[in-house]
Amino acid sequence: MAIATDTAGLPPSSPTPSPIVVRNDRRTDDKVFRGTVRAAGLGSLVLLFFIGLFLVLRGLPALHIMGWRFFTTSGYQTLGAHPSFGVEASLYGSVVVALVALAVGVPIAITTALFLSEYAPPWSRRTLIALVDLAAAVPSVIYGLWGFFELQPNIVGFSSWMSHHLAFIPIFKVVSPPVTASLFIAGLVVGIMIVPIIASVSREVFSLAPPGEREGALALGATRFQMIRSVVLPFGRGGMIGAIMLGLGRALGETIAVAIILGETFAISPHILQHGGTTIASLIAIHFPSGGPHGIADLLMCGFVLFLLTMVINLAASAIVNRSRSGAGVEL
Amino acid sequence: MSTTTLSPPPLGAAPVTPIRPPSPVRPRDFGMKDAALLALSALSALALVWVVFYQLTLLSGAFGFLVCWYAVFLAMYWLASAQMVDRMAASDRVVTVAVVTGAAVVIGLLLFVVLWVSFKAVPHFSWHLLTKDQKFFQILGPHALSSVGVAHAVVGTLEQVGMAALIGVPVAVATAVFLNEVGGRGTRLVRTVVTAMSGTPSVIAGVFIYSILIINHVLGYSGFAAALALFVLLLPLVTRTTEEVLRVVPSGLREASLALGASEWRTVWSVVLPTARSGVITAVLLGVARAAGETAPLLFTAFGSQVMNYNVFSHPQGALPLVVWSNVRQAEPVLVTLAFEAAFVLLVIVLVLFVAARVLGRTRTRGRRRGRTGNGRLFHRNAQPVPIDLPIDIGGNYR
Repeated sequence: MAIATDTAGLPPSSPTPSPIVVRNDRRTDDKVFRGTVRAAGLGSLVLLFFIGLFLVLRGLPALHIMGWRFFTTSGYQTLGAHPSFGVEASLYGSVVVALVALAVGVPIAITTALFLSEYAPPWSRRTLIALVDLAAAVPSVIYGLWGFFELQPNIVGFSSWMSHHLAFIPIFKVVSPPVTASLFIAGLVVGIMIVPIIASVSREVFSLAPPGEREGALALGATRFQMIRSVVLPFGRGGMIGAIMLGLGRALGETIAVAIILGETFAISPHILQHGGTTIASLIAIHFPSGGPHGIADLLMCGFVLFLLTMVINLAASAIVNRSRSGAGVEL
Repeated sequence: MSTTTLSPPPLGAAPVTPIRPPSPVRPRDFGMKDAALLALSALSALALVWVVFYQLTLLSGAFGFLVCWYAVFLAMYWLASAQMVDRMAASDRVVTVAVVTGAAVVIGLLLFVVLWVSFKAVPHFSWHLLTKDQKFFQILGPHALSSVGVAHAVVGTLEQVGMAALIGVPVAVATAVFLNEVGGRGTRLVRTVVTAMSGTPSVIAGVFIYSILIINHVLGYSGFAAALALFVLLLPLVTRTTEEVLRVVPSGLREASLALGASEWRTVWSVVLPTARSGVITAVLLGVARAAGETAPLLFTAFGSQVMNYNVFSHPQGALPLVVWSNVRQAEPVLVTLAFEAAFVLLVIVLVLFVAARVLGRTRTRGRRRGRTGNGRLFHRNAQPVPIDLPIDIGGNYR
């Protein structure tokens, strides 16, 4: 791109000027510049690779000791002659918490995104978007604090109400009574926490729906809801799925809020309303430097499982979101 | 929808007066009658749920009551609207109510959380909290709270986050320049990976630094290790936002600079980045605000400390989120209060950074929104809906 003109061989008063030589190759400084920024860009790839590599390397001893039973064992008994530890219960807890969070967060997030892109009066839109972004910036430890001291005491009544009246659905059954510190409450808080990311990505995608089609639908007499259903949602579907997957990745990895609310009990139970359960991230946060070398290997391996899970989800999600942002995913 | 069958006019009779077409229904009209409908639906749902909830089934819990009331209210509102207007408008109205509720819940929860922490913290707040550390903590002292503070944690947080920004911002800006200005092979891959990385669980960042540096004693527990962990989290956040900002720098400026013979790096350094300055500052501040609130990456890197440690390179260091985390489940009320004070200070820091980012980035955002294709609001805002008796199924199988 940088074009350098070479006029050195041009005498000032020559009647027939020699042709100007145009060099199209890059200068040295630009080569250095390009090399530097490319290195920075590829550096993030290397960083990601190293994260995965080191978690596996340091976590492998856990697999050596436990073998494949690592994935079917729960617990954190890492000291002594017969260590027994594994990822099963915490993986189950992570998935359940993430699913509850999606069930709670997605409807709120999508309606918020629709409100911001379709319903909010234009003068208020900027402020509202900033507030939603702010909700994403509130530290997770503060959500945890709020969930533990404020939400939990107020939600217990609802939990027991559900367990009384919806007990015919197995997941709402409560076998052992206390309903505090449950996967449900943790999922509820995480659900509140993932709303901003889903809402802001979806809003962006919704606002890219083509104006011509919107006006067409309205001109044909569609109500606003019908316009949304026939234009905005179909156009934004890809991005919306991507946004939900990004939220899922966040929900799986949420640490401190869950750790504050759940504590740690290794229980695999389908009854999400009752006490007990743990997630990978909160397990790591609670136990990390303890448990001797086996313990650290176990937690690093658990961390690798979590890393792999979130990376697969996030890579798929970001591929979907990037595609729908660039417009390549839109077909007419 | 509605079909009118006309009987043939009787022969020889006077011409019948022409049938007036039905007056157009405007689904988005919202008058006094509709407001009354909304209010009465809410009220009757409230009454019904109250009777069932408290009188017939003897339950308790404000939250369950609220959920049931809202569900019954939506159903009732739909039925009433369908009776009074028609089903199409009824669905539209119910969806409008649901959408508004969703947004209100989000904003309401945000305000609730922020105000709740503030109300818990402010009554016990005093300035010495910002000048003392936790060294002289005596549980049984009559004025236990007056001898402790979170100064060590404030210093730790600021140093760690500042250090992370110092390392992270140049790398992030360079990556964004690579993605937007240089391009070439690998751009899409890097962009996808950076987006995915922004969702890396924060605990993984801490564990990673531990497993690569601390486990083999390259580095001890220190603020610097925490800064490296925060760097892993900061990098993708700042990169993504900066790239968005660079994308809206007019390409005419770049072309003019290149046409004048400037080299590429000159163009980026003297034209592109200065143009995007306010936006880049916003991106950095937003990233820093997010990083400042992270707890999990600090657990195994900064480790936490009760005493002041200014040296970021050696010995464990405190941090505000760590103070909250380690004190929140303690039995001693003074420690719990301290956790709330730390949370409050942390919240104030995050809010200040956030507001600063918004204020500095205001000009950029406004220009960008105007320049881009909006969502066509300008056109259909004042458009009059036509009568809805159209033989076209718009809502259904469009695709």
